Amino acid sequence: MTRIIASLISGLIFGLGLIVSGMVNPAKVLGFLDVAGNWDPSLAFVMGGAVAVTFLGFKLLGAKPRPVFAEKFHWPTASEIDTKLIAGSAIFGAGWGLGGFCPGPAIASLGLLRPGTLMFLAAMVVGMIIARVASQSGPAPVPGES
Amino acid sequence: MTDFTPLPALAGGVLIGIAVLVLMALNGRIAGISGILGGLLPPAPAQDKGWRIAFLAGLVGAAFLYIAFTGGGIVQSVSSNLTVMTIAGLLVGFGSAMGSGCTSGHGVCGTARLSMRSIAATLTFMATGAIMVFVMRHMVGG
Repeated sequence: MTRIIASLISGLIFGLGLIVSGMVNPAKVLGFLDVAGNWDPSLAFVMGGAVAVTFLGFKLLGAKPRPVFAEKFHWPTASEIDTKLIAGSAIFGAGWGLGGFCPGPAIASLGLLRPGTLMFLAAMVVGMIIARVASQSGPAPVPGES
Repeated sequence: MTDFTPLPALAGGVLIGIAVLVLMALNGRIAGISGILGGLLPPAPAQDKGWRIAFLAGLVGAAFLYIAFTGGGIVQSVSSNLTVMTIAGLLVGFGSAMGSGCTSGHGVCGTARLSMRSIAATLTFMATGAIMVFVMRHMVGG
């Protein structure tokens, strides 16, 4: 139960951060990505603030043996820069630049019930399922190879 | 066109960082939103659904908390072109699942860990995002 409450509180603070920073507004995100137009650098400050706090906090947590309510820290272990990472990120960025939403702000906007948001969210879930199914089935094994 | 708002941007960014630290310090989990949501989806959803659902519920609930506390609305301009938003959603969902992360997982958490993998992902989606906006606003014409 403590883990559920901790997650809920983290989600609430995360959502408030997205709202206060203006990142829930796709117009602001598109203004940041529009480097050739009327550039709005705000998003760099959102990222800068978030990364700075996270960097310092992760350094402190790195010295701790375990989290408060769980057995271990699930630090990511993947380090390879492969085609899947770059192609996926490129596709994600194209969608981000098209709609002005990434997953966090879109989910945080659910309760505002804008038709564009609801459509985006439904399509996003479908896109995730397609990628997960494709990745699970993987490329067909070549006969003769182990 | 939006105005440059450095102080709210920085304050919001700090809140996002605090949220990331709360989740890692208490539950030992990375606050990567596409990963948290992806773990609930078929095929093969993760076993640990509870904390994922709770985090997403908090994310959705934040808007109501914000409105209740400030009494103000949330400024938002979402495209009403449902075709565009559908394509955008498909690309964001597919791409973030394929690339194992989005703005939160790679952009904030991974970059803060100085992971070259996440930094490469972040530079890539920033670049294609900027290219998409350039094409839509300055070539196709908005």
